[in-house]
Amino acid sequence: MYETHYHRASSIDDAVAQFGKGSEAKFLAGGQTLLPVMKQRLAAPSDVIDIARIPAMIGIEVSGDAVTIKAATTHYDVNTSADVQKAIPALAQLAGMIGDPAVRYRGTIGGSLANNDPAADYPAAVLALGATVKTNKRSIAADDFFKGLFATALEDGEIITAVSFPIPAKAGYAKFRHPASRFALTGVFVAQTKGGEVRVAATGASQNGVMRVAAIEQALKTNWSAGALDGIKLPADGLMTDLHGSADYRANLIKVMTQRAVANAG
Amino acid sequence: MGVEGIGASVLRKEDRRFTTGKGRYVDDIKLVGMTHAQFVRSPHGHARVKSIDASAAEKMPGVVAVLTGQQIVDDKVGNLICGWAITSKDGSPMKMGAWPAMAPEIVRFVGQAVAVVIAETKNQARDAAEAVVVEYEELPAVTNVKAAIASGAPQLHPEAPGNVVYDWALGDEAATNDAFSKAANVVKLDLVNNRLAPNAMEPRAAIAQYDEAEEHFTLYTTSQNPHVARLVLSAFYNIAPEHKLRVIAPDVGGGFGSKIFIYPEEMVTLWASKKVNRPVKWTGDRTEAFLTDAHGRDHVSHAEMAFDKDNKILGLRVKTYANFGAYMSLFSSSVPTYLYATLLSGQYNIPAIYAEVMGVYTNTSPVDAYRGAGRPEASYLLERLMETAARQLKVDPAELRSKNFIREFPHQTPVIMAYDTGDFQASLDAAMKSIDYAGFPARKAKAKAEGKLRGIGLSCYIEACGIAPSKAVGSLGAGVGLWESAEIRVNPVGTIEVLTGSHSHGQGHETTFCQLVAERLGVPVSQVSIVHGDTDKVQFGMGTYGSRSLAVGGSAIVKALEKVEAKAKKIAAHQLEASESDIVIENGEFKVTGTDKSIALPMVALAAYTAHNLPDGMEPGLKESAFYDPSNFTFPAGTYICEIEVDPGTGKTEFVNFVAADDFGRLINPMIVEGQVHGGLTQGIGQALLESAVYDGNGQLITASFMDYAMPRADDVPSYKLQHTTTLCPGNPLGVKGCGEAGAIGASAAVINAITDAIGNNKLDMPATPDRVWHAIQASA
Repeated sequence: MYETHYHRASSIDDAVAQFGKGSEAKFLAGGQTLLPVMKQRLAAPSDVIDIARIPAMIGIEVSGDAVTIKAATTHYDVNTSADVQKAIPALAQLAGMIGDPAVRYRGTIGGSLANNDPAADYPAAVLALGATVKTNKRSIAADDFFKGLFATALEDGEIITAVSFPIPAKAGYAKFRHPASRFALTGVFVAQTKGGEVRVAATGASQNGVMRVAAIEQALKTNWSAGALDGIKLPADGLMTDLHGSADYRANLIKVMTQRAVANAG
Repeated sequence: MGVEGIGASVLRKEDRRFTTGKGRYVDDIKLVGMTHAQFVRSPHGHARVKSIDASAAEKMPGVVAVLTGQQIVDDKVGNLICGWAITSKDGSPMKMGAWPAMAPEIVRFVGQAVAVVIAETKNQARDAAEAVVVEYEELPAVTNVKAAIASGAPQLHPEAPGNVVYDWALGDEAATNDAFSKAANVVKLDLVNNRLAPNAMEPRAAIAQYDEAEEHFTLYTTSQNPHVARLVLSAFYNIAPEHKLRVIAPDVGGGFGSKIFIYPEEMVTLWASKKVNRPVKWTGDRTEAFLTDAHGRDHVSHAEMAFDKDNKILGLRVKTYANFGAYMSLFSSSVPTYLYATLLSGQYNIPAIYAEVMGVYTNTSPVDAYRGAGRPEASYLLERLMETAARQLKVDPAELRSKNFIREFPHQTPVIMAYDTGDFQASLDAAMKSIDYAGFPARKAKAKAEGKLRGIGLSCYIEACGIAPSKAVGSLGAGVGLWESAEIRVNPVGTIEVLTGSHSHGQGHETTFCQLVAERLGVPVSQVSIVHGDTDKVQFGMGTYGSRSLAVGGSAIVKALEKVEAKAKKIAAHQLEASESDIVIENGEFKVTGTDKSIALPMVALAAYTAHNLPDGMEPGLKESAFYDPSNFTFPAGTYICEIEVDPGTGKTEFVNFVAADDFGRLINPMIVEGQVHGGLTQGIGQALLESAVYDGNGQLITASFMDYAMPRADDVPSYKLQHTTTLCPGNPLGVKGCGEAGAIGASAAVINAITDAIGNNKLDMPATPDRVWHAIQASA
């Protein structure tokens, strides 16, 4: 690790102010990506602004029609929240499938979304549930937030403060783990809104990060069942190929994981 | 004898310090004035070093020195050696290129060191290493073994035209051709044995200290064989004579073969400690481990087996291309030859075998022994071939194997090995019973109804370990003898120290070897200490690899114990005024048989050291040593059967059951043996399903971290069911065979045979990732 300056922000305003003082500052939430990358000397921020302990950034609120998770809430807290388990069980399950216990105790929803790893789990839930990403400056709709591999709509110095998930009629998540990293080789989140809209998002599959899968959405809108997808063969265009999964394999996984997510949806 | 002797599952004495974080590894050691080394490594698979500019690095904070490959050549430090000479079938010696510890001119694999920075702290060394400017001229690279021998391929070493190190053969070609000409059926198979990165939990590390006053070096290093390291460093690398070099291998966190070898980094650390006249520490990180630890396996093979009309094997023909990487590592040449082709007879009566092995240079990390070393490759090839044959000949795979088992011992195979003993049917029967082989068809049908593809796979392995008779390996080209040494020191108050040339890096020697003493002398294991891993403390020894520690090292201990016992009995008889032949040992007491007269071991020891009343002419003291050279290899064998289910939607393999029935001869500590089997099986399963070290065509290691290189985790492997069948090894005084490598040798074929059975497609290479299995299912649909 290169030398850096560590600041623990006391508030969101303090974090923004500290960020502005650094020549190449980075926000640190759970640190599950940033710290390993710094240890490998692949990142060299001048300043690290720790936003994981700002009280206003932690907690879960459930109203009649939405679950709002503040950005520095850990995966463990989402996974074990009785409120989340009741309102959107698939979201709680997803949080429990991220990494391993050590990662879940430290990693945060805001950190995961700001990083937008193309194989991360949360982006699939945010996109499929049509969540709203709230920052210190504005609210961003899920469809406008994800901009490709490790790219988001966030501006320099902008902090995610919370994510608001509309409570769906049904939702499910199924993930096929990468044999080495245990990230999603392909994960699919399916949701049926209370208004009857179907949204399906796949992570780990596309060359451009998390994506909606229109062909599957249409099939499920007509018939919300795993069997509705039996005849569908998804094209491999635009999907990733690497050592652990070719594009056609990932295309198959999108379908199979969708079927399993629908079967398990609650 | 007793609760702590042979056959007792005594808890491992060493585990208290390991499980409480009190182990003492090389990186835990800090010396006064110690500096830190960071290597500057090639980012290219093949390139010419045009210039190295260290001027900026030398001015950075804390930098003590920047040393380059040219300086190590100028100081006449020897090139790295390969210790086993192989002769090609045309009679020519193997063709090796030079391997300097740091490359002065040409780099041939990504990660090869070209310079080293020595600084006050590790971070300062890292910072400065990034400031060393190396100008490279990239050269075309080749990483695939078949591509490397094609015409027009990039050439690695002028000494090895066509990148061929040797083209070796074993067996009778004419007899084998004759067998095939008479065959009723011939079964053919093409196979890849995937390259593995060893990934011991503790990365390699070294600390070198030069004492200018005594012109003496001390090297702390992560070694499986510190004496061999000292020998090689002294005899070949001109760093220091043996009596001026102490090598200490303290607690070592796993080796799996990868810590047998003497690597460039350890040499450079030693050399640099004199250059800067300060202690120098180097601890590799995980990336360096992936890039520079010797990899394992990496064979491409074609195999053919001839059967008569009764399904008896007539002959076996094998052609293997072995990828050696960019340089010949210490024992690399022996792995795909004398540790591989000599095992191609397996458990079977095969009248004629002919194997050709071509060893090839590529722009990849050097390849050498990794748990099993040659024997997993042989076993995998043969057991996949047997399964393929059973399917082609439409006979039950267990029946085909049984029909061809060797049943009389000793048995001379056509490929050098003379099996001393075994009962292959017993282990096959035990495994089949344990897994309910007969009930499998019903289970398969039930699984099918539930949408799952179920398969069962067998692997009947044999291996040669307890390496090895010195005279025999010498005649085959080994540069060293493979005996072992032991010294037993009974201290004046009766505690006992056992000095062994074996080295424990996870195997549990500190417990098992104590049990040998407990068995013989009746003392509790708490009264016994095992001393190993320090050339200043322990007499010359050959170290630990090839499942040899108990069969060879343990036998040396037994031989030394025999001498101790003989002398102690003389002393006891003298003290008790009895006849020596009437003395028996019971629970640590030397008794006069048939009387109530006895003397405890501590009193015998005290008598030996006070020397007030010893038999006439007897030397004082109670300390004996022995060198033991085995008469043969030992031949552990067994049957592994694996039952799996494949999810047709994803291609993912789940274990239903995994049974291992092993014959290791006599078990000293069954709990430790089971631990060794669990570890070996897990590595075999890792190779079968998960692990693969993959280079791209330019020589970049694509799988250089755990994000891409899949190591087996606890939930990737099943709960193993272990069985033991026993034939005692006649070749050593303990009747033991060695158990460290068996699991890694036998497991992979069982897994792949089960998967190919499940999916109905035999065209599948390791690792059988879900992606590969799914594609194989699609191809067979």
